[in-house]
Amino acid sequence: MPDSSTSHYPAAPKVEPVARHTLAVTVDNEPGVLARIAGMFSGRGYNIESLTVSETEHASHVSRITIVTSGTAHVIEQIKSQLERLVPVHGVRDLTIEGEAIERELALVKVAGKGEHRVEALRLAAAFGARTLDATLTSFVFELTGTTDEIDRFIAMMTVVGLVEVSRTGIAAMSRGAEGM
Amino acid sequence: MLEEMTGAEMVVRALKDQGVEHVFGYPGGAVLPIYDALFHQEDLRHILVRHEQGAAHAAEGYARSTGKVGCLLVTSGPGATNVVTGLTDALLDSVPIVCITGQVPTHLIGSDAFQECDTVGITRHCTKHNYLVKTVADLPRVLHEAFHVARTGRPGPVVVDIPKDVQFARGTYARPRDNQHKTYRPRLKGDLGKIKAALALMAQARKPVFYTGGGVINSGRHAAMLLRELVHLTGFPITSTLMGLGAFPASDAQWLGMLGMHGSYEANLAMHDCDVMVCVGARFDDRITGRLDAFSPNSRKIHIDIDPSSINKNVKVEIGILGDCGHVLEDMVRLWRETASRADKSALAAWWRTIEDWRAKKSFSYRNSTEIIKPQYAVERLYAAVKDRNHYITTEVGQHQMWAAQFFHFQEPNRWMTSGGLGTMGYGLPAAIGVQVAHPDALVIDIAGEASILMNMQEMSTAIQHRAPVKVFILNNEYMGMVRQWQELLHGGRYAESYTAALPDFVKLAEAYGAHGIRCCDPGKLDEAIAEMIAAPGPVILDCVVSKEENCFPMIPSGKAHNEMLLGETAEDIGGVIDEKGKALV
Repeated sequence: MPDSSTSHYPAAPKVEPVARHTLAVTVDNEPGVLARIAGMFSGRGYNIESLTVSETEHASHVSRITIVTSGTAHVIEQIKSQLERLVPVHGVRDLTIEGEAIERELALVKVAGKGEHRVEALRLAAAFGARTLDATLTSFVFELTGTTDEIDRFIAMMTVVGLVEVSRTGIAAMSRGAEGM
Repeated sequence: MLEEMTGAEMVVRALKDQGVEHVFGYPGGAVLPIYDALFHQEDLRHILVRHEQGAAHAAEGYARSTGKVGCLLVTSGPGATNVVTGLTDALLDSVPIVCITGQVPTHLIGSDAFQECDTVGITRHCTKHNYLVKTVADLPRVLHEAFHVARTGRPGPVVVDIPKDVQFARGTYARPRDNQHKTYRPRLKGDLGKIKAALALMAQARKPVFYTGGGVINSGRHAAMLLRELVHLTGFPITSTLMGLGAFPASDAQWLGMLGMHGSYEANLAMHDCDVMVCVGARFDDRITGRLDAFSPNSRKIHIDIDPSSINKNVKVEIGILGDCGHVLEDMVRLWRETASRADKSALAAWWRTIEDWRAKKSFSYRNSTEIIKPQYAVERLYAAVKDRNHYITTEVGQHQMWAAQFFHFQEPNRWMTSGGLGTMGYGLPAAIGVQVAHPDALVIDIAGEASILMNMQEMSTAIQHRAPVKVFILNNEYMGMVRQWQELLHGGRYAESYTAALPDFVKLAEAYGAHGIRCCDPGKLDEAIAEMIAAPGPVILDCVVSKEENCFPMIPSGKAHNEMLLGETAEDIGGVIDEKGKALV
């Protein structure tokens, strides 16, 4: 890779600070729309850290996609413009620059163990406010909803007491206050 | 008005309702019902190509020379994959085309059926938008929407993939009343506040320059006329990208010639030294900017573009105006007049004196010969012979393309068809056929290289069948000239695979197709050969044998800034001028 001083391509973004942004994208729920969006990210070399999608307005076939990505301010602007020019995209909102958005993730966490580990797992789950969805004599499945950081911490703890499996939804996000998208 | 018909009949009907008169295409199993529907009517003329890529480029040539949407029809599987290059070409150069592809029946999709491919998956990245129509009820809406999306906003290619059972299925056809799309609504009018700010900046400019591109041509003829008016009102110099040639007349005193890697000295230095840059419908491509961090370092920039993702993509601008060039230019002309704006006359006069000094360098000059035809001379003579005729020029890709851009002077928009963004060798001949179909009485010339022309040579057969009297003007140096030039300058003259050792006899090849072939090796007989080419009633290949090792200058070497461009006489030093890092660039 030539360094930026001689490249006639855009300078590498290393000089500018890279920030994480959460984008809420409303799209027409037509076949292939997710591939279009994911493909735009991979084709242009952008990052996807988390992506969640589901239909939100059944009658009008509108889905909401929440994407967590990272880049310089310039790259984030490009990502938004590139998303907006896709034909089935209704709108793009950058929840990160609009103020502290609410971000939540749900995780299912399976742990297995006996004796002290089992008791400790249950104690930690209670401390984190996780629900117990399944219990056997040797295992639990917990459900935890929280920020990405909380879930990361919970999983780190569970690793010590016998983590078996994790399933996470990725981030759902919404802006604060009365205004809608 | 509702009418019942089959899906295949809907395709034909929708094309007619969209004003389509010509369809380029190639039949196959999965589009047979549509070909059957074509068989039963007289209004749509089908142009049978010899390879689907040719259909795509022909539709591009048709679209770019008329301003209308070009249309093509191909079968599933290989038919669809063969158009991918043409679709990508149209995407990068913003050419409106609608490509209808056949698909295996819906119940076979996903089963790896004969001639099945995931057409919408494959073309998702090389179209502006694409559709797989799974039910006949959706077909009328999708067909009309496809034309709307292709034509409006930043134009581009759209694919409509239609399974064979949907082509057979019966449904009701109605032309949708309004084209208000749920989500897709490109913005045409520019923000007036920003336009006013731009005009204020222009009025204060001491060293301004207009930098215009293909967006002006895409916006329509009126946009080119408004551009001329604004340029004349302001008295500013103007340059253009390869794609924008013809929007402003090359004969005008304010014209600086094309800019960029092989652009004129005066255009590139004006870009480098200007204090206000007005970019209209161009996209700061790497062939234009050269080294980015040294690109026009002291200017404030205004960028007018219909695509928001083009603004601030490569180059940060002070004023980005989102809108269609025609609409924004109209407001600019009106407001410039209303406010009785004036450019700074004395500053502008000094700026023009500087530009005239640069112009005096005559950066396109070359050493002519009486022994052998110089390629630049060939283009100059061709221009002299056809300039007073109703002519259209297409090109292939490489040195000949740059010489055509430098030495053929365009006065009007839509007369110049070349593959700019993708750089597709093999574009010129099929594009010329598309242009000729749209303008049967015009003189259509493909300025070609002997390597490029072989990539879609088979379309000569199309030209013969459809009586499209295109003229192929080959600058034959036996090398892939631009590859050879880079090998000479960057790779120590090691000409790996850039020499074509077994070229066909182009005269005999022309004759084999039923065309007229001419060979010319003598500069003294060139005019005569060109006259013979023009006078011939049918397709012609003129094999113009030119000097083998001519390089295309001026040139901004990779990784260098506009003010570091090399002129022809410094050619010997060029290898030392490009450093290791520059060599890594394309």
